[in-house]
Amino acid sequence: MDLIGIFSLAGNALISPMTVGYILCGIGLALHFGYTGLLNFGQAAFAALGGYGFAIATLDFHWNIWGSILFGLICSMGFAAILGIPTLRLRADYLAIVTIAAAQALRFYVGSSTAEPITGGSAGVSQFGEEFYNLNPLPADLTFNLGTVTLTSSEVWMRIVAWVVVGIAVFFLYALTRSPWGRVLKGIREDEDAVRALGKNVFSYKLQALVIGGSIASLGGMIFVMSSQTNQPSNWGTNFTFITWTILLLGGAATLLGPVLGGMIFFALMTLIESALGILVDAGLLPFLQVEQVAQIRFLLVGLILMLLVIFRPQGFLGNKKEIQFNG
Amino acid sequence: MSQLAAKSRTRAGALLGAIAILFSILLGASPAMAQAHTADDPSTYAFTIAGTLQEKDVPIPGVTITASQDAKSFQTKSDEFGEWTIMVPTDGHWKVTLDTTTIPKEFHLATKDGAIGEADLTQTDFAAVLFKFGSAAPVQAQSIWEQLVIRVFAGFNFGLMLAIAAIGITLIYGTTGLNNFAHGEMVTLGAMIMWLGYSFLHLNIVVAGLLAVLAAMAFGWFQDAAIWRPLRKRRLGLNQMMIVSIGFGIVSRYVLLLFFGGDTKDMSGGQTIITLGPIFTSNTTLISMAISVVALIGVALFLTRTRIGKATRAVSDNASLAASTGIDVEKIIRIVWLVAAALTGLAGVLYGLQFQANWSVGFDLLLLLFAAVTLGGLGTALGAAVGALIIGMVVEVSTIWMPSELKYVSALLILIVILVVRPQGVLGKKQRIG
Amino acid sequence: MANEISIGAAAPGCKKVDPILIADKVVRQFGGLTAVSVDHVEIPRGKITALIGPNGAGKTTFFNLLTGFDKPNSGTWTFDGKNLAGVAPYKVARRGMIRTFQLTKALSLLTVIDNMRLGAQNQVGEGFFASFVRPLWKAQENQITASADTLLTRFKLDAKREDYAGSLSGGQRKLLEMARALMGKPKLVMLDEPMAGVNPALTQSLLEHIKDLKSNGTTVLFVEHDMHMVRHISDWVIVMAEGKVVAEGPPADVMKDQAVIDAYLGAHADTDLGTVEIKSIKAGI
Ligand SMILES: Nc1ncnc2c1ncn2[C@@H]1O[C@H](COP(=O)(O)OP(=O)(O)OP(=O)(O)O)[C@@H](O)[C@H]1O
Ligand SMILES: [Mg+2]
Repeated sequence: MDLIGIFSLAGNALISPMTVGYILCGIGLALHFGYTGLLNFGQAAFAALGGYGFAIATLDFHWNIWGSILFGLICSMGFAAILGIPTLRLRADYLAIVTIAAAQALRFYVGSSTAEPITGGSAGVSQFGEEFYNLNPLPADLTFNLGTVTLTSSEVWMRIVAWVVVGIAVFFLYALTRSPWGRVLKGIREDEDAVRALGKNVFSYKLQALVIGGSIASLGGMIFVMSSQTNQPSNWGTNFTFITWTILLLGGAATLLGPVLGGMIFFALMTLIESALGILVDAGLLPFLQVEQVAQIRFLLVGLILMLLVIFRPQGFLGNKKEIQFNG
Repeated sequence: MSQLAAKSRTRAGALLGAIAILFSILLGASPAMAQAHTADDPSTYAFTIAGTLQEKDVPIPGVTITASQDAKSFQTKSDEFGEWTIMVPTDGHWKVTLDTTTIPKEFHLATKDGAIGEADLTQTDFAAVLFKFGSAAPVQAQSIWEQLVIRVFAGFNFGLMLAIAAIGITLIYGTTGLNNFAHGEMVTLGAMIMWLGYSFLHLNIVVAGLLAVLAAMAFGWFQDAAIWRPLRKRRLGLNQMMIVSIGFGIVSRYVLLLFFGGDTKDMSGGQTIITLGPIFTSNTTLISMAISVVALIGVALFLTRTRIGKATRAVSDNASLAASTGIDVEKIIRIVWLVAAALTGLAGVLYGLQFQANWSVGFDLLLLLFAAVTLGGLGTALGAAVGALIIGMVVEVSTIWMPSELKYVSALLILIVILVVRPQGVLGKKQRIG
Repeated sequence: MANEISIGAAAPGCKKVDPILIADKVVRQFGGLTAVSVDHVEIPRGKITALIGPNGAGKTTFFNLLTGFDKPNSGTWTFDGKNLAGVAPYKVARRGMIRTFQLTKALSLLTVIDNMRLGAQNQVGEGFFASFVRPLWKAQENQITASADTLLTRFKLDAKREDYAGSLSGGQRKLLEMARALMGKPKLVMLDEPMAGVNPALTQSLLEHIKDLKSNGTTVLFVEHDMHMVRHISDWVIVMAEGKVVAEGPPADVMKDQAVIDAYLGAHADTDLGTVEIKSIKAGI
């Protein structure tokens, strides 16, 4: 592969719907963790519910696109409530264990043959995006060249919509976190007992944060599955959540644009590294690696970046050193 | 001031160095292993085809499944849960066939040509293939009591094995406050080294087991020395440490994958079936249960009878108080890591021998371990053991009423329910406010 | 001994002329240890009441129980005539009973002024939907900021207005926490060792401030080990030991009470506690 080809791929990764899916989950997580201090390790479940809710409403209920989006949002809000009401009273580290457990339980369930009539079991659901692509106002023969990568009209449409949603989410977060409402969240992040003693209903604020952050993540999930029109349980494993955490911490957890920047950097970097490794392996310079193992290196790097960030730069790229601390 | 900064910089440098060394050791060792594989090692492939064979929720083990495309073909066997996974090197369409001669007599395919399926890997790197079983032939009915006895026995076995790993988690949590999300990888390491020694190098089973436990101990000691101790010195917050452990867990997991490959390691062989009333079991299972019980009694004696054990409990109770009475807290923590890693590695060995294991087995068990520890009340060894036995029972007994593919779900739901009803766990105590 | 606060003579658990808080049979046990076992106690309205007692007497635990942060094994209490037992901590604060913590809880990564703003009650902008519509809450926000600034000046924290609370010294955090509690305009403010670690020069001005609170009609209940301060500003003193109320009364009388001296110094001392403290403070200086 030539250099232009590699950079074209990386450029595409910067803006791809998958990147946007993760970015939106990261924005939701910024609200959860960066602003409220909730250790949510089940973000994959919120995204999954967005994807499944949308697909099921479209395919099984034959709802239109808006109804389907609404249904996806309601699914994730319902999940946030079911999960949050019992657990938000618990200590922060318990929440981490419960959310990761709930997300895994949900994934096992939707992938099981018990749930197969609704969710398609481990094969998942597909072909639910017709209406979305029919809304495309761009000429059908339009193409867009990103170096060697050529985007079709519907791919361009998908990316435009995805980034508009990111813009709205960032603005939404901006308005929220500059308000007294956001101030209460930050107070809770610092010390929830102190905020309680000042007469704020801490539980209600945490639940609001969980629901809203989860809803943003479920929009991310919808965009994530819309580009390929397939939604499978294997998309929503713990690695999805861990990557979301990595991009959040990369950009800066309590910053507005942190998840956006973090997501773009992360996926562009991963593409570059994978291509570079692929070339090195092909050239026989890394005799101990096989081409097929290169994809596994990606996850190894996720873990490594996550560790190093928390140890050496917990505030991320955009954060100010003082602004982010974990309420530990 | 600048001296201080320089000092913290060198410390950061040392930490980075330690991490770098860790990876170079792990990765550096892997070429030898990778070359031991044939050039076409399936475990390194990027695409996965998987599924579960079952009839009326009863898993079907031991069926040979073949995935083929053009001239390439790969084989595997379904495990005791009826689950199977085949890693394949390329995308596109794969033909997946069951070897009907390997299907146990009591199970029947729904249709004659139902033994052939297709996996579509054009869009994704994962595809599930479903084979429908189910027939008019009556399944031999077991009474609910017989089922209960069988499941309780299985739950006890599974619970005992969880218990030794859970005590490992709880000892570390008790003395350092760390919720170690990388704990499962010590289970995996134990299982993989056991496979390497016993099934690959054909060592004596006891020697292989000891090697596996020693490897886990070395890993435990090493990660404490290279990561956790420096981080404790830097006074990193506990939640931050937890996230670091998540990262470290991912890294360890994928290093294990690169090293050992993604296939399930079969360590069976040399078992004799033993019948106890309605229960079919094997000598492996019974010996493994005995080992677990001995290990549990050993830990109990260690914690209550030895000086170091008592010091460990003192550190768990109140580290600064313990330090002021002259206990070397760091030394205790080091010992705790060794003991915890040994127990956890042993759990991996026992799990691998009984249920087979792959690179992610530890992570799959991790949530059950957390469930067990939380159930018992974080930080108490007895609680962890009790919690683990309960979780083991729940997982197994729930399969009487629920499809076995959902058995972990029931355990995780129990965890959530317990946290709601009694956040401090069954044996835990509440924290002080203000 | 007659006084204008209690009905009849001062005695442990005596009735008050105008109580704001009445607690009955409040018991809290930790395992075998009975940390609090208060049979009956009343806090007089509009007065400054000191709650004293040796370390581990159960004062903080009693605060935790009254404000809903901890649950008693048994017991009831009323505030302003309304039941307050089993009420969530945030509702307790909304009813006008606001506390501070012995182990200071400054919100480290909020600025000092944001800490203060957070203390104000009934903020429109704290509602989720309203928070999007700035005009709805902007005026109130300005008003809150103005009163926060007044308090900051009073507590000598105005220079730190824009700093992160985490950068304050231990004493400054105590001050901030107290000022923040006052932002909620409490009817009863409960201060757990407000003066611990505060510079003596500032103590004087804070004492004045607490007295001002009283003249504005706020009731003050505070825990303090500094007998000088207790004697100086309190109208009424309640003494706890081993979870029980062992004595109460006007400060001068309580300091001479044998039960109090026993509780603090053991059975052999027969000195006036107030003078002991003052002497030791002087010796310290
Ligand atoms: N959560 C808890 N668990 C166990 N024991 C507790 C707990 N909280 C308080 N105690 C015990 O209850 C007793 C009373 O404690 P408390 O903090 O109320 O004392 P205090 O009067 O505020 O003391 P000080 O003047 O030192 O602040 C102590 O013996 C303490 O050890
Ligand atoms: Mg106290």
